[in-house]
Amino acid sequence: MLEVVLSLLIIIGAVFTFIGSLGLARLGDFYTRLHGPTKATTLGVGSLLIASVLYFSTRGEGLSLHEILVTLFLFITAPVSAHLLSKAALHLRVRSLATPPRDAGDPEGGRPARDRVEESR
Amino acid sequence: MRHVLLPHPVLTPVLAVVWLLLVNSLSPGQILLGLLLGWAIPVFTLRFWPEQVTIHKPMTLLRFLGVVLYDILVANITVARLILAGRKHVSPAFVTVPLALRSDLGISLLANTVSLTPGTVSAWLSPDRTRLVVHGLRVDDPDALIAQIKRRYEAPLKEVFEPC
Amino acid sequence: MLSIAITTAFALVSGALLLSLWRMLAGPDKPDRILALDTLYINTIALLVLLGIHLSSSLYFEAALLIAMMGFVSTVALCKYLLRGDIIE
Repeated sequence: MLEVVLSLLIIIGAVFTFIGSLGLARLGDFYTRLHGPTKATTLGVGSLLIASVLYFSTRGEGLSLHEILVTLFLFITAPVSAHLLSKAALHLRVRSLATPPRDAGDPEGGRPARDRVEESR
Repeated sequence: MRHVLLPHPVLTPVLAVVWLLLVNSLSPGQILLGLLLGWAIPVFTLRFWPEQVTIHKPMTLLRFLGVVLYDILVANITVARLILAGRKHVSPAFVTVPLALRSDLGISLLANTVSLTPGTVSAWLSPDRTRLVVHGLRVDDPDALIAQIKRRYEAPLKEVFEPC
Repeated sequence: MLSIAITTAFALVSGALLLSLWRMLAGPDKPDRILALDTLYINTIALLVLLGIHLSSSLYFEAALLIAMMGFVSTVALCKYLLRGDIIE
């Protein structure tokens, strides 16, 4: 029973990881490619890590939960790097299937005014 | 007025739990060390943290986390299906979401949530922090998408972090 | 059954690595290459976790965690470079 669940989790994880990279290789422009790795890949790796938790926790050496840390880390950092990547792409005016808003691409986007004042001093 | 000895009450248990996960043990010594680190790190990095986090409605936050976890699952299946269907089925668009949130933490949590949920990635935040530009993988109705983001994610975040 | 699943998963993740590598070499733009590099990192984490299960060793977890951290920091640094022309302000 446990083996079936483990195998299923491993296969699901690997399939999602593969689909994420397939999206990266297959889709038409940078912004659509961004969707594959940020979503499919995080769930893929997440499900592999859950499989790892199950596998190491059921070997009789006590609970092993430290894989959750990697999952948590990936879930927090994946959107941040996706946001920064698309900000950089908007700044560089990368070719896009959809038209971005006119003023998007200013590298100062999202920085509060107080930081900028301090910097110019 | 900031408390000097315990500047971030939320951060301390979070850091302790992260430490216990990292060393993968629950022995009393490690719990003590984790609590010590959870206390010392916020105190010594006080100047890095611009605002104090206060959670006003823990239950709303928990429900929000549940909704987001469910949406992450749905998001992955939707995106996987779109990728397998190929580039003809993709109709990407940028939509601009006007923000009602004002705090740094609220905005960054909203941007992260948007990136993790169905077919949308947050792309750019305007310098005055009033608009969030979101890229959708398949947008049939931009207004419905904006309304969904505002109702489903922004409203609970505003309730939890900035009650008026 | 578990060993068959792990072998299949190795094949799928290796395929994912090759696809990301192709995107990194093909470009066409700088952000595309950085995104491909980021995906390579995440795929490597998947591969390491699989290897850990395959060899029944939890040693690979530390390597996976380190790669996750380094990957995130390098992606952020490269994006900062594209946005501003320098990394340290």
